[in-house]
Amino acid sequence: MAADELSRIFAALADPTRRDIVTRLAAGDATVNQLAEPYQISLQAVYKHLKVLEDAAVVSRPPGPQPRPVRLEAEVFDLMDKWIERYRRQAEERYRRLDAVLAQLNETETDNDEQKGSAV
Amino acid sequence: MSTITETKIEADPNVPIIRLTREFAGTPEQLFRAHTDPKLFAQWIGPSSLETRIAEWDARSGGSWRFVSTRDGEEHAFRGCFHEVRPDRIVQTFTYEGDPDGVALETLWFEDLGNGRTRLRTQSLVDSFESRDAWLKSGMEVGINEGYAKLEEMLADGTV
Repeated sequence: MAADELSRIFAALADPTRRDIVTRLAAGDATVNQLAEPYQISLQAVYKHLKVLEDAAVVSRPPGPQPRPVRLEAEVFDLMDKWIERYRRQAEERYRRLDAVLAQLNETETDNDEQKGSAV
Repeated sequence: MSTITETKIEADPNVPIIRLTREFAGTPEQLFRAHTDPKLFAQWIGPSSLETRIAEWDARSGGSWRFVSTRDGEEHAFRGCFHEVRPDRIVQTFTYEGDPDGVALETLWFEDLGNGRTRLRTQSLVDSFESRDAWLKSGMEVGINEGYAKLEEMLADGTV
């Protein structure tokens, strides 16, 4: 998946209503009417949010008899997890370098203590 | 040799925050020094393919910092302010000069675990999910393979 596709996913999830829709779809498929129920916005506005999520391939509405349920595309989150995992690994590599610095500090400080000890 | 617990990450679903948690074999005082002494900081902040040069460094509350990473003659500069610096906590801003409008607010906590061990917790808050997207993506651009090579080296020579 190209980086700009991932950007689209993140952009789609930048909106609180769309994040809420995604959270609710994680529990199971739902129709547009069911999704719209808790919001103080028009059904049309909910369709607009769904369009953004569909364009980013976060959700899909598989063809079939009406009302077609909206489905969360779980693979999208696997990809985001991978992305976050790479960031985590980069942080881990940085912290391993910090481990080495701390090991040096510990060594130097132990040496100094020994020198002080022998001077007494 | 103590076992290393790997870095934990959390990308908050409701606010554009990235949190990292990691334990270290070092005292809070040593961790603090590794973050505030420019010579020590330069040793670990960048991958080995990058040369990190500290251009400005005033690690006091209200001070500022700037460092420049060079790879193949190409320079990337980062800067920010030390908002608050104290032994158990650092609050600072972080900006990549290539994207000067993007400012992350970072908080670092050094938690004493006793027996010379410390838990480092960091939190980076950015101004939008799009910005967090960009931060996360930047993680992909630095050579992952190189990081593993460095890691293997450190494992081999007993550094870790």
